[in-house]
Amino acid sequence: MVYRAHILISGDAACIAKGARDVEAALWEAVQELNLKDEVQILEVSSLGHSDQGPEIVIYPDGTDYVNLTPEDAKFIIEEHLLKGRPVERLTYREPPSLPLPPPSEKEVRVVLENVGKIDPENIEDYIAMDGYMALGKVLGEMTPEEVIEELKISGLRGRGGAGFPTWLKWTLARNAPGDMKYVICNGDEGDPGAFMNRSVLEGDPHSVIEGMAIAAYAIGASQGYFYVRAEYPIAIQTLRAAIKQARDYGLLGEHIFGADFSFDLEVRMGAGAFVCGEETALMQSIEGARGMPRTRPPYPATAGLWGNPTNINNVETYANVPKIIHKGGSWFASMGTDKSKGTKTFAIAGKVERTGLIEVPLGMTIREIVYDVGGGVLGGKKFKAVQTGGPMGGCIPEQYLDLPVDYEHLKEVGSMMGSGGFVVMDEDTCMVDIARFFMEFTQDESCGKCVPCRVGTRRMLEILNRICAGEGRPGDIETLEELAVYIRDGSLCGLGQGAPNPVLSTLQYFRDEYEAHIYDKTCPAKVCKGLIEYKINPEACIGCTRCARNCPVNAIEGKPKQTHVIDADICIRCGVCKQVCPVDAVYVE
Amino acid sequence: MSLSPEVETQATDTLAMSPEEKATIDTILAENAGKPGATMLVLTLVQENVGYISPPMQAYIAEALDVPLSHLYGVLTFYSFFRMAPIGRHKISICLGTACYVRGGPMLIEKFQQVLGIGMDQTTEDGRFTLEVCRCVGACSQAPVVMIDDDILGRVNPSDVAKLLRKYK
Ligand SMILES: Cc1cc2nc3c(=O)[nH]c(=O)nc-3n(C[C@H](O)[C@H](O)[C@H](O)COP(=O)(O)O)c2cc1C
Ligand code: FES
Repeated sequence: MVYRAHILISGDAACIAKGARDVEAALWEAVQELNLKDEVQILEVSSLGHSDQGPEIVIYPDGTDYVNLTPEDAKFIIEEHLLKGRPVERLTYREPPSLPLPPPSEKEVRVVLENVGKIDPENIEDYIAMDGYMALGKVLGEMTPEEVIEELKISGLRGRGGAGFPTWLKWTLARNAPGDMKYVICNGDEGDPGAFMNRSVLEGDPHSVIEGMAIAAYAIGASQGYFYVRAEYPIAIQTLRAAIKQARDYGLLGEHIFGADFSFDLEVRMGAGAFVCGEETALMQSIEGARGMPRTRPPYPATAGLWGNPTNINNVETYANVPKIIHKGGSWFASMGTDKSKGTKTFAIAGKVERTGLIEVPLGMTIREIVYDVGGGVLGGKKFKAVQTGGPMGGCIPEQYLDLPVDYEHLKEVGSMMGSGGFVVMDEDTCMVDIARFFMEFTQDESCGKCVPCRVGTRRMLEILNRICAGEGRPGDIETLEELAVYIRDGSLCGLGQGAPNPVLSTLQYFRDEYEAHIYDKTCPAKVCKGLIEYKINPEACIGCTRCARNCPVNAIEGKPKQTHVIDADICIRCGVCKQVCPVDAVYVE
Repeated sequence: MSLSPEVETQATDTLAMSPEEKATIDTILAENAGKPGATMLVLTLVQENVGYISPPMQAYIAEALDVPLSHLYGVLTFYSFFRMAPIGRHKISICLGTACYVRGGPMLIEKFQQVLGIGMDQTTEDGRFTLEVCRCVGACSQAPVVMIDDDILGRVNPSDVAKLLRKYK
């Protein structure tokens, strides 16, 4: 018998647990009822791939994949899909959004993230329905480049990629720079190893960035633009490629956009795992096809950038703000934020906080509000110790500054910086020396090697920090660190070297006692540093479940089922797995 | 954090390009060789589509782009994302970004090494897994994060590691 259609139903345990059998019965029933049983075959197969969303069926020949089915859904699908030939959109499987964005807390204001998670990034019409490309239309139809720049000046928008340079001024410099060929670049390298704001925007609302870049191109007189996106973000790269193609198909990129005398096109270039390529001159070297090493400035990119031509480079979030500013007006934007820091900023709250994730708040909100009101407080009700902002070039801000407003100036005053928006909360269990060591390891690894103070200096600092954390710190280490920090800061060409000592300096400033405890008392107050701690099992609490012993990577734990287990300190590598897996919290650190 | 270039070169000197690899590279070259900044562009695309850039491929690409092999090699070795040798069928990248570091990334490194019996930047003997470290894949709220191929696995618990791997044959 030749069937017109085949329905495969997943019969794996997870799907059955969620009612696959009932769905299958409903399918049979509906097929009988509608007299389709000679045309349609129903087959139970093993897994169809999305058991977490079972019960699941796939209908061939078209291969439509339906998930999360109830028996009623099954009946409905037979009627709609097989009888009437209309697939049931709402029940089909969709790729889960890569970064589920929780609903905003009350204190948040979403400008850049407004559309993220709400529109389909693959569909330009969704963006257009949210007033997308209206700003570009307005700019091309009604505004001169000078007026665009003036609007940005009123808005007070400053660069969101780190240094907070006024965007209108940057655009003016590029506009005034002589040259026939000019470029705009979007910096999507997002190298801060604790941040993912740019990624969410690129993946969730790519057209807002494209529109912002087109407006910038019009303002400075450029016709070609580049996205530079790190290779670690394959989904963002694909989304952008698709979005650019769609924009071209709709005539929003290409020749004579909106019938105006303005042509602009975009291309995606990929980074390849070098943090320093987030630095603007290194980034341009990389696009040009070379090793991504920074060069001296001036000349600034605005006058001599890509291939020596005037170039405007901004961060993803900076561009994403632009259409909103044009659309709603510069003064609307300027009504948010503080005196010198206008608008909103996205942050990636991570670390030891209840609600981690992406947030967007008006600039000037205090650290306390961000951690406790937006972030829901410190994880497990523990004690707040510090927050790290600014990434590997930033610093740690201690408890005494909980009421500090988060804006460019205030963060700088206390020895940190805005950076791109990393916001890592640390509690009493975080060792500040270890954190400093972590960042130094990162910068040391990422130093491009051009400047000797940065290349060699970061390594020397790391060696000292490694020693301190291993319990072999010596008197004088702190002073040497401080001395090296100055040399590295003053002797390096780019922001990487200049900022590399920052995490050490800021932790030394606020948590010097922790360094001293490591060096002089040979203890790690937060009980983190491996050379200074020992894992033990509390015999009173241990229930002998053997889980720790089974999970120990070096077989350092002895014990029979239902008997107290013991850790052999000589074998133990202090990885902490046992503590993590113990169901009764019997493992403790000394 | 890749192997030093010398080690990788030795291991792959004998690797000739397969016809499929050559065809992919030819398509990439045909589409991009004329563009400004082609070296980096072609290398990133070959890495993306072929998975590695072996010494014979390097020579081939340098010739096609008319750049010195030394230049190409210089670019290749600057960026940690490029590989000179094929990796295992599945790539496991353990995130050691700030959020993941604070929330237990280092612990996962120990655990994966134990389960797979290999060190970092190594491939299992059966060619099934390659283990490496990466910095922030942009899912910090799910820390600690492990990426296996294109799957992002969040809140990974050390005791689930063996189970997680079963899916990847
Ligand atoms: C080591 C280093 C890394 C950087 N990484 C980034 C980055 O990942 N993203 C970014 O937008 N800017 C980064 N910057 C800042 C850029 O050099 C540049 O200032 C920025 O892209 C300008 O855009 P904005 O004016 O919109 O902030 C980095 C700077 C340094 C020194
Ligand atoms: S730090 Fe691991 S995903 Fe960001």
